Amino acid sequence: MTAMVFQVAIGGLLMGLIYALVAAGLSLIFGLMDIVNFAHGELMMLAMFAAFVIWQYAGLDPLMMLPIVAILLFGLGVLIYRGLIARALSVNFNRGMVQIFVTFGLAIFIRGAAQFVFGGEFKSINTGWLAGRTAEIAGVYLPLPQVAASFVCLAAFAGLLLISRTEFGRALEATREDRDAVALIGIDRDHIFALGWGLGAATVGVAGVMLAGFYYVAPNVGANFALIAYVTVALGGFGSLLGALVAGVLIGEVEAITAAVLEPSLKQVGVFGIYMIVLMVRPRGLFGKL
Amino acid sequence: MDNLITRRRRGELWIGAVILVVLILLPLPIADAYTRNLIIISILFAGLAQAWNILGGYCGQISLGHSLYFGIGAYVSTLLFVRLGVPPLVGMFAGGLIGGLIALLVGWPCFRLSGHYYAIATVVVAEIGYLLFLNWDFVGGAMGVYIPFKGDSWVALQFRTQKLPYHYLVLAFATATWIAAWVIEGSRWGFSWRAVKDDVIAARSLGVRVFPSKMAAAAISGFFTGMGGAIYAQYVGYIDPDSTMNGQLAILIALPAVLGGVGTLWGPFLGAAVLTPLSELSRSYLGGSGRGVDLMLYGLVIVVVALARPAGLVSLFGIRRRPKGVADGSPA
Amino acid sequence: MLRLEDVSASYRGLRALQGVSLEVGKGEIVAVVGANGAGKSTLLKAISGQVATEGAIDFEGQDLRRIRPHQIARLGVNLVPEGRRLFPRLSVEDNLRLGAYAKRGDPDRFKPLDLVFSLFPRLQERLAQRAETLSGGEQQMLAIGRALMTQPRLLMLDEPSQGIMPRLVDDILAAIVRIRGLGVTILLVEQRLAEALEIADRAYVLQTGRVVMSGAARDIAGNADVRRAYLGI
Ligand SMILES: Nc1ncnc2c1ncn2[C@@H]1O[C@H](COP(=O)(O)OP(=O)(O)OP(=O)(O)O)[C@@H](O)[C@H]1O
Ligand SMILES: [Mg+2]
Repeated sequence: MTAMVFQVAIGGLLMGLIYALVAAGLSLIFGLMDIVNFAHGELMMLAMFAAFVIWQYAGLDPLMMLPIVAILLFGLGVLIYRGLIARALSVNFNRGMVQIFVTFGLAIFIRGAAQFVFGGEFKSINTGWLAGRTAEIAGVYLPLPQVAASFVCLAAFAGLLLISRTEFGRALEATREDRDAVALIGIDRDHIFALGWGLGAATVGVAGVMLAGFYYVAPNVGANFALIAYVTVALGGFGSLLGALVAGVLIGEVEAITAAVLEPSLKQVGVFGIYMIVLMVRPRGLFGKL
Repeated sequence: MDNLITRRRRGELWIGAVILVVLILLPLPIADAYTRNLIIISILFAGLAQAWNILGGYCGQISLGHSLYFGIGAYVSTLLFVRLGVPPLVGMFAGGLIGGLIALLVGWPCFRLSGHYYAIATVVVAEIGYLLFLNWDFVGGAMGVYIPFKGDSWVALQFRTQKLPYHYLVLAFATATWIAAWVIEGSRWGFSWRAVKDDVIAARSLGVRVFPSKMAAAAISGFFTGMGGAIYAQYVGYIDPDSTMNGQLAILIALPAVLGGVGTLWGPFLGAAVLTPLSELSRSYLGGSGRGVDLMLYGLVIVVVALARPAGLVSLFGIRRRPKGVADGSPA
Repeated sequence: MLRLEDVSASYRGLRALQGVSLEVGKGEIVAVVGANGAGKSTLLKAISGQVATEGAIDFEGQDLRRIRPHQIARLGVNLVPEGRRLFPRLSVEDNLRLGAYAKRGDPDRFKPLDLVFSLFPRLQERLAQRAETLSGGEQQMLAIGRALMTQPRLLMLDEPSQGIMPRLVDDILAAIVRIRGLGVTILLVEQRLAEALEIADRAYVLQTGRVVMSGAARDIAGNADVRRAYLGI
């Protein structure tokens, strides 16, 4: 019985850390410039396909390709900002909706492109250092790819924390507080925004690579994770790194418990229920700034 | 000033009447079922987008969960018909009423949230509804519900081979949403809603009761959306959570309004006239063979229109939006 | 050093500046005075690239109208804006250091800290405090300090005395004179006519977006017409 309880709790934690990292990238961009990236799940999906392709043609293990994919996604994030978001910021009418639907359009486009290139079938990475291996501790089974993913997620959070302590991190924070005033001290906000998008995309890229180590890869895989990421971010509070971490783990746990107690197909109902309840009590999420 | 406004509003009625006549005559020379179907779907989405516009456009609450009201409407009228034999002509209104009621239930917690928090909450609520219906055997679960055919009838809204009756049905539906929007634009409510949309705090100071305003907009919007769902169910003859409650559907409902021109009388219709055929045609001509090319095209159009025409496609026609808020000249 | 010729600016049809011509020489303190809404802040925003303008704005041979705001700041034209515009949740130290952010790679970029602390010793005592928790006067000091960290050559100040008690105003004006003593040119917008004209070399009087008078600060201070007609004193 205790082993089963631990099994559920560990399962929730392992998944929750992935959710947390996916949400962290979203939250970072939102906090910086008040834009919800509705193509966030598609960025994750692209990272998963990148991992799949690299694995297939170069035989690299997901752990080894992390830096490559992170850099690719970073570039993609910068590109998206420069090409689309900067333009969306400069419209002077209906800006809120334009931002939402530009990223929506982008999401649909990316999904279509992935389908065009890779087809709709599920793929998976099934060889590697850890693929398919589990460890057993006192009757609790630990799938190693997921354990590795969790450590990578924690490391990524530590990395984000370190970045926020650097001078660049301060500039990010300053830009988020007063995007017009930074120009007065010679900071180019477009540059900061672009790097912010790069960083957000790289973050979800890292999550995507690790996820690809044990999850199916397909053009529509992002949608579900994105929905959970929005909930995580809203639950933790938009723009809060700690909020994303706590809410991600919370959601992983609630999901695992609902699946165990009720029914696996209802696991997300539990998640969304908790989210609604928390928002009723704290409309700005657990750690949201007013 | 007042004169000018009434004259413009009367002008809009005339334009509406002309377009209505054109749409009444439109299907007559068109024989092939594919094109007729395309027109029907487009008009249906025009009505749905207008329904969304009432909440999203006039009141400024960006709901991304309208698929819920659509699905509810579809399920209510279908189940009433299949289980209790209530004719869909009546069930359609029941579906609308329940849709409006659910919109109120959703609005009650969600309207306390603002901005992105509101938008995401609506997505989540719709997703909860979708998951519940998917797992609820009483309503057919993932298998869905087939609507048995009981003979051509306007009461049952069933026509085996004909498309024309459906054409007039959706046309009546879209016209009703347009008239609702037209009435709202000229009413005290429309004024309050626009004030809520522009600036909640300023609206309060003008004596607008913000929460009831949002609730009223949600109820009307939900009513028409539910009605649209009921019509859709009769038209297709089969419903399941994926075709009537999928989150993607919420986007399809909102998109014509946003890209056509939010908060305008013609924007949602114009948006639907462009986007729905585009999406249907690209799916049938590019979807199968090209695998994803249709999605790429659709996504591209969304991005380009949103960036190039932030005020919507209506701005191409020089239809100017009314000046904002108090300067509006509407009755206060 | 800075020369404006026939500069106009408007906000959605409202003309806030109409054909303003103005010159600031190296090492000068030039004051711009005028009633509320005369366009003083708009003038400084125009120079720092924050509002669209017509006309010519020349800084040492460069047309500032063609340069983006952050690049104008990097040229050494820096504004201490109305309302200070600090980064409220960041610490005093972070606010100051960010002033030198654009100079990353220059090992000496934090050198102006010494100057800032010698001008405003209070800031040194409050380095770890969040900017939003400073008093109004301290916030003004921090805003000036942050601008100094960018190593300006032309420092523009928009009403540094706003909301500050008289004794502190004297301190701040004294600091401005010291800053000029280090070779920084000053363009000062002030409501407090007497104090501003006392430290300035030359002055311009702005009224509804136009320059209606200019000359040596002493002459303007002594001109009864100015005081009555344009400034309502
Ligand atoms: N962002 C803006 N949008 C519209 N009008 C503006 C804006 N900023 C300033 N104005 C208008 O431009 C005119 C000049 O304003 P400005 O702020 O330059 O005056 P000022 O001389 O600095 O006044 P004060 O002494 O009160 O600070 C005013 O009539 C003001 O209402
Ligand atoms: Mg001013």
